[in-house]
Amino acid sequence: MPTSSELAVVATNLGKRYRLGESIRHDVARDWLADSAAQLLRRRRTASTRSAPSELWALRGVEFEIVRGDVVGVIGRNGAGKSTLLKILTRVTRPTIGSLRGWGRVGSLLELGTGFHPELTGRENVFLSGAVLGMRRAEIVRKFDRIVEFSGIEHMLDTPVKRYSSGMYVRLGFSVAAHLEPDILVLDEVLAVGDAPFQARCLELVRRLSHEGTTVLLVSHNLNTVTSFCRSGLLLEQGRVTAQGAVSEVARTYTRSLEAAAGQTLDERRDRAGEGRVRVLSAEARGAGGPGSALETGEPAGFGFEVSSSLPGLQCSFTVYDIAGTAVTYFDSAETSPQDVPFDTEIGSSPGSVSCELDELLLLPGRYRLNVALYLDGQLQDHVEAAAFFSVARGTIRGRQVHSGQARGGLQIPHLWRFEHETARHGSAGVR
Amino acid sequence: MISTAVREPELRSFTVETRRSGIGGSAERLREVVDSRELLAFLAWRDLTVRYKQSSIGVLWAVLQPLLLAAAFTLFFGKLAGLDAGNVSYALATFVALLPWQLVAFGVFSASGSVVRGQDLVTRVYFPRILIPLAPFAVALVDFFAAFTVALVWVAIASPSLALTIAWVPAFLLLALVTTVGVGCWLAALNVRFRDVQVAVPLLVQLWFFCTPIAYPSSLVPEEWRVAYAVNPMVTAVDGFRAALLGGPHLQLQAVAVSVSVAGALLLTGVGFFWRTEDTIADVV
Repeated sequence: MPTSSELAVVATNLGKRYRLGESIRHDVARDWLADSAAQLLRRRRTASTRSAPSELWALRGVEFEIVRGDVVGVIGRNGAGKSTLLKILTRVTRPTIGSLRGWGRVGSLLELGTGFHPELTGRENVFLSGAVLGMRRAEIVRKFDRIVEFSGIEHMLDTPVKRYSSGMYVRLGFSVAAHLEPDILVLDEVLAVGDAPFQARCLELVRRLSHEGTTVLLVSHNLNTVTSFCRSGLLLEQGRVTAQGAVSEVARTYTRSLEAAAGQTLDERRDRAGEGRVRVLSAEARGAGGPGSALETGEPAGFGFEVSSSLPGLQCSFTVYDIAGTAVTYFDSAETSPQDVPFDTEIGSSPGSVSCELDELLLLPGRYRLNVALYLDGQLQDHVEAAAFFSVARGTIRGRQVHSGQARGGLQIPHLWRFEHETARHGSAGVR
Repeated sequence: MISTAVREPELRSFTVETRRSGIGGSAERLREVVDSRELLAFLAWRDLTVRYKQSSIGVLWAVLQPLLLAAAFTLFFGKLAGLDAGNVSYALATFVALLPWQLVAFGVFSASGSVVRGQDLVTRVYFPRILIPLAPFAVALVDFFAAFTVALVWVAIASPSLALTIAWVPAFLLLALVTTVGVGCWLAALNVRFRDVQVAVPLLVQLWFFCTPIAYPSSLVPEEWRVAYAVNPMVTAVDGFRAALLGGPHLQLQAVAVSVSVAGALLLTGVGFFWRTEDTIADVV
């Protein structure tokens, strides 16, 4: 049992209830008056006829302790309550019941450029954003040069940020947030923005902060990022903590629960993202024998997705993950090849199906899952995690037997071995 | 980069609980506001900078607005309708009365929409939310003092009898401010839930304008109605402000008492209502 000086965050019976459609229903005073009047009348007649407002417990009975200096990955499907938990931790919202206790300053990299005003210059925005994030004026003055240097936008410092490229905007925003030197740092998918060098910089900074004793909470859909980066994991499912402990354990529990949920038909899944003009109805991986057949390494294979409508501009992409949650490979219809059959989606809005055919499956034997996303003209329409699970059986790649070995990666690339004798090479040189 | 961060062994703890209520809650909130005064200054500075950044005549607007309004009122009410301001010119009396009024009108306009406009901030970081409707008052005050300078010059030219009563100006300015902050907090909090407020505010401000002795002297109101009239605190604020600068009839003590009480009640209930709704702003907005 850690003492309070070793703790960073403690949640006690934490719960958060949202009234569904609250903001919409009460948007207009007339409706509110009508509602109140109706409720008043109803209450006068019989109290029991009052319908309970539809509500949603985003978090319920959440209990956990996070030790100071730990790097914790918060894992869970869309809508599991991860964002709500972070909002409570950053005090943006308050719980409906229970409490959360924390020690030290909380800094978040949830949204970069918080508090920026487009009309103000970079210099002015450093001060504004710094103050909004919780720094004192003197502290910002002291750190100003470091913030600017780290952002790498010295030359644009006196230009209004509305003239910045999105990359520069994010870099400056990140730099301010990074210099907050929080005791508890909260990251939410922030590593998904920016280019590769920027991401590397983010990770480097987070590593350094964590090394100095900052407690880090990382929320990510990417199980791979979480497992490679965090020491502990916290699994949220439908607003409850269902696992906490070493990150590898928690990741395994998560994968198992995803697989259990795969029994559900995709229609019933509510944990999806995107605009929804087109949805994935079903997802399937099939072997050489067509639908329903088993997949085998080295043999032809296919991935099929039924979609709810055939709107123009449809793109489909999916990522294959191994059982540990590491992304193995990625397929994207937006990157076209001359051999592709172009999507015939100009016709109408009837349902259709998308398929992706492989001549030779290079996945090693084992268990896999895939996440699928649909886009219309680049806009995300649907994203389903763990839309399908499949096993790959042992087989041969170009005559070579492959073995299960997911600890050593998930792919085998066709190759040839060769051995040459030193003497032979010398000999041939000598003949010359 | 070399880091010099040294972490204190004893970190300050914080607790996020269900909504705070009662006297204890209010005391805690007040302490947070006092702790965040630097942020309030930053937000006020942001509003000021943004307001004058791309405007070519800048603070001149603050003078031009009441001048043009006063000119229009002088033409239609002073000359054509024949209203009289007593010992000073109708134009000067109206211009002077417009100064505290502009503070109120601008304050109510910007405060009522402020939280909805600032929802980006509200849904991302925590700080006492009441800073948001308070910040626009910096702009209102700067505008006021710009126009006030012009008023002083005009008064000095028009009536060399600029008296010691001018010392009363801050008192009536405070009365106007207290009223506006109270109304602004009410409307800002209501606007989060009911966007109707945004539509209603211009009408409300206009009605309020006609209930305030700006374009006409309060002597138009029958004597026996004066105390009831003063339920609008701006009646006393404007009359007092005008009397302090231009001299004129003494204020009725009863009327002043009514105005001050109403203004105080508006402030207390406005801030109280804002605090009651503060904790759920991020969920509802």
